[in-house]
Amino acid sequence: MKKQLFTFLVFLTLLTLAVSACGPAPTSAGPVNTQAPGAPPEVVKETVIVTVEVPAAPGTPQVQVQVAQAPGFGETLEAVKARGNLICGVNGQLPGFSFLDPDGNFSGFDADFCRALAAAVFGDATKVEFRPVTAQERFTALQTGEIDVLMRNTTWTVTRDTELGLNFVGTTFYDGQGILVPVDSGITTLADLEGGTICVQKGTTTELNLADVMATNGINYTPAVFDDVNATYGAYAEGRCDAATSDKSQLSSVAKGLLPDPDQHVIMDVTLSKEPLGPAVRHGDDQWFDIVKWVVSATIAAEEYGVSSENVDDMLANSTNPEIRRLLGAEGDLGLKFGLENPWAYNIIKLVGNYAEIYNRSLGEDTPTYIPRGLNSLYSNGGVLYAPPFR
Amino acid sequence: MQAPKRLPFWRDERILSWSVQLLFLVLVITLIAFLARNLLLNLRQQGLGLGFGFLRTTAGFDIGEHFFPYDRSHTFLEAFIVGLLNTAMVGFLGVILATLLGVLFGVARLASNFIVRQIARWYIEFLRNIPLLVLLIFWYTGVFLKLPRVKEAITLPGSILLSNRGIAIPWGIPTGTFSQYRLIFWGGLFLGLVVTLLLNLHGRRTGRPPLALLWGSLTFISIAILGWFLLSTPPLTLDVPGVQGLRIAGGRPLSPEFMALLSGLAIYTSAFIADVVRAGIQSVSKGQVEAAKSLGLKGSQILRMVVFPQALRVIIPPLTSQYLNLIKNSSLAVAIGYPEMFHVSGTILNQSGRAVEMIALVMAVYLAISLLTSAVMNWYNRKVRLVER
Repeated sequence: MKKQLFTFLVFLTLLTLAVSACGPAPTSAGPVNTQAPGAPPEVVKETVIVTVEVPAAPGTPQVQVQVAQAPGFGETLEAVKARGNLICGVNGQLPGFSFLDPDGNFSGFDADFCRALAAAVFGDATKVEFRPVTAQERFTALQTGEIDVLMRNTTWTVTRDTELGLNFVGTTFYDGQGILVPVDSGITTLADLEGGTICVQKGTTTELNLADVMATNGINYTPAVFDDVNATYGAYAEGRCDAATSDKSQLSSVAKGLLPDPDQHVIMDVTLSKEPLGPAVRHGDDQWFDIVKWVVSATIAAEEYGVSSENVDDMLANSTNPEIRRLLGAEGDLGLKFGLENPWAYNIIKLVGNYAEIYNRSLGEDTPTYIPRGLNSLYSNGGVLYAPPFR
Repeated sequence: MQAPKRLPFWRDERILSWSVQLLFLVLVITLIAFLARNLLLNLRQQGLGLGFGFLRTTAGFDIGEHFFPYDRSHTFLEAFIVGLLNTAMVGFLGVILATLLGVLFGVARLASNFIVRQIARWYIEFLRNIPLLVLLIFWYTGVFLKLPRVKEAITLPGSILLSNRGIAIPWGIPTGTFSQYRLIFWGGLFLGLVVTLLLNLHGRRTGRPPLALLWGSLTFISIAILGWFLLSTPPLTLDVPGVQGLRIAGGRPLSPEFMALLSGLAIYTSAFIADVVRAGIQSVSKGQVEAAKSLGLKGSQILRMVVFPQALRVIIPPLTSQYLNLIKNSSLAVAIGYPEMFHVSGTILNQSGRAVEMIALVMAVYLAISLLTSAVMNWYNRKVRLVER
């Protein structure tokens, strides 16, 4: 009996330890709750105007910036700065967008936007921790604060923007869903796929669009659904499916980067849906939402004004265009309004480049994953990229 | 005289044990309440709710394999049930196959023939020491996806088509008289059961071996066969699979994912069951076998009539846990894309964004399946248990 009692007490002690150990963890793990553990987190109901004292160089007048604050405002930037790096959720398996290059670095279009964000926050494009997430994990990872921003060729939809508690900041890449088939299959139209099997990745909008389009056209098919990029196209390459479907950019990059015989596969001349791909952040931190949104806009504006990583220093010193001067922080205090340094956009352009540079580095003509710019050109060149004014 | 000395309450064993249990209960409840409160607070902060109402909304995605009509216009709940039935299918067939293989290799492991014994030994040792996930991926990408493409599909005897789209077996298609035959079939089964039960009762009263099961199944089989031929047209026509252009048409297709999962699970678990069976057989004392031999029973008779009934007592409890493992391990199908419950709920989770609810639902359902399996096995265990008088 005594022995039993002793075991019991030991167990209780362990349990108490466990409770106290995991107790505050969920509250302090993410930037979700910055309150002291134990105290019920107060949900700020009203919007308050806070005056931020910005330290300025001696001799210059003290700058005061007024920002409207709402619940959760500023949490993410604070957490990122305290941590000292940005945690960016990426695909990691998609050549041209985010992919581990032979040197062990993440490279690609999405990865560069992560770097641009780090450049804006820290003035250092290397302060990024890339965290590969699958299509299925990505939203939970963002909701729970495991990642600060999701840059993972993710389609902007109503459900994701509302019910999932996320905010899409805009579109970095305008895409459409396509279908990849082997050349020798002779499949050229949707109707040719009648009765066939189609490989698709789990938890994507492409899975839903495929069901929609096939139902609309009355075509019977069998979906073969896989967990990640490699499993999906691995099965397709083995002939498990008659076709594979995804965003055209992904199909193109996979066909050129992952399949053993790239010439034997062709993307059908069918577009199943609109796929605006862009970064997403959590609901509740409007400051962070603004920062990510304007980082994307800054790269587009820089391309429009002809500011690139090569001429940015020259522009900063000599440009007389007020818009460029405001963008680069030579005039005004745009950066301070985000809670960033004033040369935030200068850092992006200097360290990562403008939109065209980012695009051409990963998806340009000289790369193996070339995708024509098409819709992703400036509005002045027949595309749909358009940055709001910097003032 | 002095009144009997009462123990102080802190040394009273009854009070102590009660208070310890009470304290423990309070701690557990506090822990659960703390976690629940934390969850709700965090969800509220992110503006996310909690509830199962979303299960009634349209799913919007298709599932490759389903036992009842399902397409994108059905609800999340129906999609979940499709997955549940797929899990049940693999679990059911897997348990049967694993038991057959396990008993075979468990008995072979104790065979007097050296080669048979060694084959069984290496089979068990090899499979027990490979992670199941590796085995599943091997079966999927190494075996079933490596079968020839559809155009070069292999035809096995009995019109079975083998290709990397899976295995297509001939399958019956119901004709006009199928509904009548279904009645005859179930009626026959019922009659067979009644005959078995009555003969059993009769046998118990008279004490003579009644052969109840034999007569019962004879009744059922003869009714089933008579019914088939008495109907104006046969109730089923055979649909033979064939290559049609790029794909296989007709018959019943079994997808490579299903085949890989079933073979992986059944073979992996059979290695463990084989050891359970061996332990059970070895637990029967040698004297029992010697006694049976001296009565003049043959080897197979000894196994069937003397060793197995006694071994079952030892076999059933660990066998139950192997069955539970098999069913729970079916969730590894996520890696090879068979749309079982966990796979489908992953999709639902992602399309609806309801992580907490879906994971809770999946856990609850696995728990229910496991408890059900346990209950059935425990009932069986009570039946074969040695009754001590």
